[in-house]
Amino acid sequence: MGATGQKTFSSIASKVLMALAGVFLLVFLAVHLGINMLLLVDDGGKSFSAAAGFMSSYPVIRIFELALFGGFLLHIVFGVIVSIRNRWSRPIRYQHKSRSETAPFSKYMLHSGVVVLIFLALHFIDFYFIKIGVVAPPPGIERHDFYSRAVLLFSDTTYSAIYLVSFVVLGFHLNHALQAATQTLGLNHPRYTPLINAASTLYAIIIAGGFMAIPLRFTLFN
Amino acid sequence: MKFTLKIWRQKNADDKGRLVSYMVDDISPDSSFLEMLDQLNQQLISRGEEPVAFDHDCREGICGACGLYINGRPHGPLKGTTTCQLHMRAFRNGEMIYIEPWRSGAFPVVRDLIVDRSALDTIIQAGGYISVNSGGVPDANTIPVPKPNADSAFDAAACIGCGACVAACPNASPMLFVGAKISHLALLPQGRIEATRRVQQMVAEMDALGFGFCSNTYACQAECPKEISIANIARMNREFLAAKLAAEKEQTGGFTI
Ligand code: HEM
Ligand code: FES
Repeated sequence: MGATGQKTFSSIASKVLMALAGVFLLVFLAVHLGINMLLLVDDGGKSFSAAAGFMSSYPVIRIFELALFGGFLLHIVFGVIVSIRNRWSRPIRYQHKSRSETAPFSKYMLHSGVVVLIFLALHFIDFYFIKIGVVAPPPGIERHDFYSRAVLLFSDTTYSAIYLVSFVVLGFHLNHALQAATQTLGLNHPRYTPLINAASTLYAIIIAGGFMAIPLRFTLFN
Repeated sequence: MKFTLKIWRQKNADDKGRLVSYMVDDISPDSSFLEMLDQLNQQLISRGEEPVAFDHDCREGICGACGLYINGRPHGPLKGTTTCQLHMRAFRNGEMIYIEPWRSGAFPVVRDLIVDRSALDTIIQAGGYISVNSGGVPDANTIPVPKPNADSAFDAAACIGCGACVAACPNASPMLFVGAKISHLALLPQGRIEATRRVQQMVAEMDALGFGFCSNTYACQAECPKEISIANIARMNREFLAAKLAAEKEQTGGFTI
């Protein structure tokens, strides 16, 4: 407890931790996309499997994997706590709908976050749990064979549709994420902030578009 | 002009309150929003009804006393305008106008459209001042201040403490207000002396009062009648992080963050 008598994380500290974890997740997504892009290479999954094999065996990457779980946990726990506190802060709501101008999608970070979380759960069951042997792989597929797993999943239109929708929603989350994180971390500049806003949108389009290209490639052009 | 008003009526803090409809006619397009309410109150008084209670003082956009949530926006539809400086020509003839008090758990309704905004004063009391003895009046320019700092400090000091940022924010967060108050002192040499302690105490007080946290929607900046920039919130966050992570140890509030 500090001199101010405060026992929990302050508003700014909570937001900064969330933003730092979020930025870490932004980096992770870029790396993940880089590997998934290898699925588009027309070599029967050779290069993708090589990269995936490296990622699941190299010791340093294992440490990053733990950090990644920690990052998600931190971001989600603080995201939910902060969102609940924020709702409580206005116990009696307005009768008239708000007409105030807001940053695009900034009011729906929790909603989009929850959709991403649901997708994440599916993704865990489909890949991570099979990899670590908690869930049995589908017949005929070895549990480290991510390529065949991906091809099989994307041949299912329902799965591809869920995947596409999830990434559109993730794209909206990301569009606000990078620029919000810089503001939270105290970085606001007359010249660079507009560039960062543009970079946020560009990043969101590249990540969402890149991931979405994969099921589109497998379902439409196979 | 003619309007249908839907006004929040509430007898006291314990009353549940509800929206009540009123018709007003013969309103000049050049009358201010508060003059329009004055006209309504005259009617109500002559009918023997209770007039609508609302806050106001200077009526020239400088004191921050007025503040109504009009059709889903603090201070109504115009940018950079207080309720008292809003004129009826900003509305369509015959328009239905919703008038509500600021909503925040930290701003309890006192009566009708009046809320208790003393929570903002409490935040100022926690550190939004300079307590060092400044002595007599110094000669001009004996304390050099870089012009850009003076300009930014002045922009931040334009905050009139009306609470529109809290009213606009989806989380009822006062961070634009607190950011402005911290900034206008932190940017000037006299304010720097206590800057490390000030930011920690004011943020702790803001949190203790139960306000929400900023989620970067920037609704506050869009609605602020003095058009205070969210750059002040970023500055507050910078000041806070610097105070917690890089200050002389006597000046930090212990180990909590
Ligand atoms: C890979 C996935 C994700 C990335 C890259 C990401 C990134 C970010 C970033 C950078 C921010 C901005 C932080 C700030 O306002 O300073 C943010 C905000 C937010 N995220 Fe995520 N996020 C992800 C997943 C999630 C998930 C799964 C949730 C689950 C609940 C979530 C909930 C939130 C919420 C509620 C906010 C806004 C909180 C606020 O400002 O009040 N996010 N996200
Ligand atoms: S009454 Fe003073 S600012 Fe409106």
